[in-house]
Amino acid sequence: MKSDIILAGVGGQGILSIAAVIGQAAISAGLHMKQSEVHGMSQRGGDVQSHLRISDKEVFSDLVPHGAADMILSVEPMEALRYLPWLSKQGWIITNSQPFVNIPNYPDAQAIIAEIEKKPRHIIMNADEMAKAAGNSRGMNMVMAGAASLFIDIPLEKMEGAIEFLFGRKGPEIVKSNIAAFRAGREFAQKKRG
Amino acid sequence: MAKEKMMLMGDEAIAQGAIDAGVSGFYAYPGTPSTEIMEYAQHSKDAAALNIHRQWSANEKTAMESALGMSYCGKRALVSMKHVGLNVAADPFVNSGVTGANGGIIVVAADDPSMHSSQNEQDSRILARFALLPIFEPANQQEAYDMAFAGYELSEKYKTPVMLRITTRLAHSRAGVALKERRAQNGAKLPENKRQFVLLPGIARKQYKTLVANQAKFEEESEKSPFNRYIDGTDKSRGIIACGLAYNYLMENYPDGCPHPVLKLCQYPAPKKLVEKLVKETKEILVLEDGQPMVEESLRGLLDRDVRVKGRLTGELPRDGELNPLFVRRALGMADICGEPTPAIVAGRPPAFCVGCGHIDAYNAIKEVVTKGYEDGHVFADIGCYTLAALPPFEVVNSCVDMGASITMAKGAADAGLFPACAVIGDSTFCHSGMTGLLDCVVENANVVIFILDNSATAMTGGQDSHATGRLQEICKGLGVKEEHIRIVNPLKKNHEEMVRVIKEEIEYKGVSVIIPTRECIQTLGKKNKKGGE
Ligand SMILES: Cc1ncc(C[n+]2csc(CCOP(=O)(O)OP(=O)(O)O)c2C)c(N)n1
Ligand code: SF4
Repeated sequence: MKSDIILAGVGGQGILSIAAVIGQAAISAGLHMKQSEVHGMSQRGGDVQSHLRISDKEVFSDLVPHGAADMILSVEPMEALRYLPWLSKQGWIITNSQPFVNIPNYPDAQAIIAEIEKKPRHIIMNADEMAKAAGNSRGMNMVMAGAASLFIDIPLEKMEGAIEFLFGRKGPEIVKSNIAAFRAGREFAQKKRG
Repeated sequence: MAKEKMMLMGDEAIAQGAIDAGVSGFYAYPGTPSTEIMEYAQHSKDAAALNIHRQWSANEKTAMESALGMSYCGKRALVSMKHVGLNVAADPFVNSGVTGANGGIIVVAADDPSMHSSQNEQDSRILARFALLPIFEPANQQEAYDMAFAGYELSEKYKTPVMLRITTRLAHSRAGVALKERRAQNGAKLPENKRQFVLLPGIARKQYKTLVANQAKFEEESEKSPFNRYIDGTDKSRGIIACGLAYNYLMENYPDGCPHPVLKLCQYPAPKKLVEKLVKETKEILVLEDGQPMVEESLRGLLDRDVRVKGRLTGELPRDGELNPLFVRRALGMADICGEPTPAIVAGRPPAFCVGCGHIDAYNAIKEVVTKGYEDGHVFADIGCYTLAALPPFEVVNSCVDMGASITMAKGAADAGLFPACAVIGDSTFCHSGMTGLLDCVVENANVVIFILDNSATAMTGGQDSHATGRLQEICKGLGVKEEHIRIVNPLKKNHEEMVRVIKEEIEYKGVSVIIPTRECIQTLGKKNKKGGE
């Protein structure tokens, strides 16, 4: 198996927690993994991305090559579009629908969604809302991780095990509410994908 | 005994490698992409238990010199910095080649091709070559870890500092790393030759000859280094030299193995015999290297004859910027694979001040003064979060060159008659290299207004502690700034009018004024509050 993922968002939105969950699950499943992050200047509210590469064979490049990503996983709709040059022809766009507006010239939100909808394989979801509904108002990232998990060939229990591993220190309640958000995202993606 | 693999970023792998290879002291000043080396050491329970020194220095030069002092005592030191930090540390760095080391020294230089978070891109390998020192350049996280061991071994074998050169991509990318058995730290052991570190001309001339003579030995080490590998291929129409990370981009494009002979080059000086073999067996050479075309240029030579070399200088690869799989693919002559272009609707999203940042309030006041009443005023800024005021909506910053340059450029401009000449510098940058410039101003009583933005943090690089915290006023006083012209203000919206008044007063004073807007960085404050609450 191979899964090349571009994680996208805005500095401060915490996309690295998604990378941590999926990456940890990949390790516990005995897969190879490389994950590159953006640190530094862009973290001050600029666009940030993380390249997550999982494979049952050795992974060479720390960067996902152009045109090779199986998925763009974005916590913000405009950022999902920024990385289209990396998306493979069969790749999926999975994105939160809620814009993060911190620039004066943010485009029309409807037009952004319409642009994403032109792509053959996409899932657009209000992950903020779904996190709240799952009783975890700060769980947007876990909702997104849950949606993505459906497309990654790693057993569900490894994914949930990773959440437990990463959040265990913060107590069972936090683990539970993160798993609830994760499952909500996964179920939604399941329905959408059909 | 083999332990389980750890998921480590390149930076972390180097730190863990140094800890396991018996380092006694980490020295550094923060700078992307090198910061996480020290941060990892600071959070490491192992490092704490082993009582390893791991505190920030005032700047890269003081860090390099402290590392040299630890080496003097026979112990191993690691000093890390971003590429431009090596310019600051260049004096001790280059001279350390001549003194040599006693305990092992690894100098980590983290380059930032494509300038993700930097004011320039430069290739630290060239500075190491200038200093005649061996270089390690890891292709992956495991090598980064292993090179800490190999680096100290080489350093102590030849009593020479060595450079470990990485780039942003490896620094901030994670992969599994297998750990080795830990080596003990060195005991204290002073230099056998009492004059080793005394660079008086008579001594230095002798030692420099030793360094020059060592070059052949360093090359010999590169020939047999496990990090340099000749991998044969059947298609001899081209031979490829792949340096450091570029090796990965090459292999990425040949998932079933590269058909051409390849020299994976990760330790320098370049192994001449291996290069010669590649040149002999193939029709042309393609050089893949991140940073400047150092290997390519040296192969080509001044006369550029005999060997056909392709790379950054011939347009096969872009002349500047970071390499990636696509650029390497093109250089290999393969067709592009690419997704769709980014749609035009996507807007740029430059970095910006955090909501509520004190720098915003300070700049609102500065901007009001230099746009109303003092329109000839210029603002020489410096490097830190506050450089962001060069962008909209502020656009009030006229310069940002290197750490410390704000104060000294304002002084030079004042010398030239510019009025008002303002400098804006952060508290950490001030301690890094602003103090000496302030002294210059005091000595000549230059007509400048210097803003030291004190947010109790080195914020741009992630909120490390600042040497300035609690000391700024005393430092300025000590350097000779008149007490009544050291003005502390609290940068809050409600204090806007007061700040504007203070700035105008100090502009009208013909001499050195220091205004210190003091309010903690929101991010570090938030982290502290969170910690307190947990
Ligand atoms: C020689 C050199 N070393 C390190 C850096 C990295 N660097 C850029 S900004 C900065 C911190 C600035 O801190 P401060 O001056 O307090 O400003 P703040 O970001 O807190 O506003 C550092 C360490 C650099 N650009 N150049
Ligand atoms: S990190 Fe701190 S200093 Fe930098 S912009 Fe944010 S609040 Fe301001």
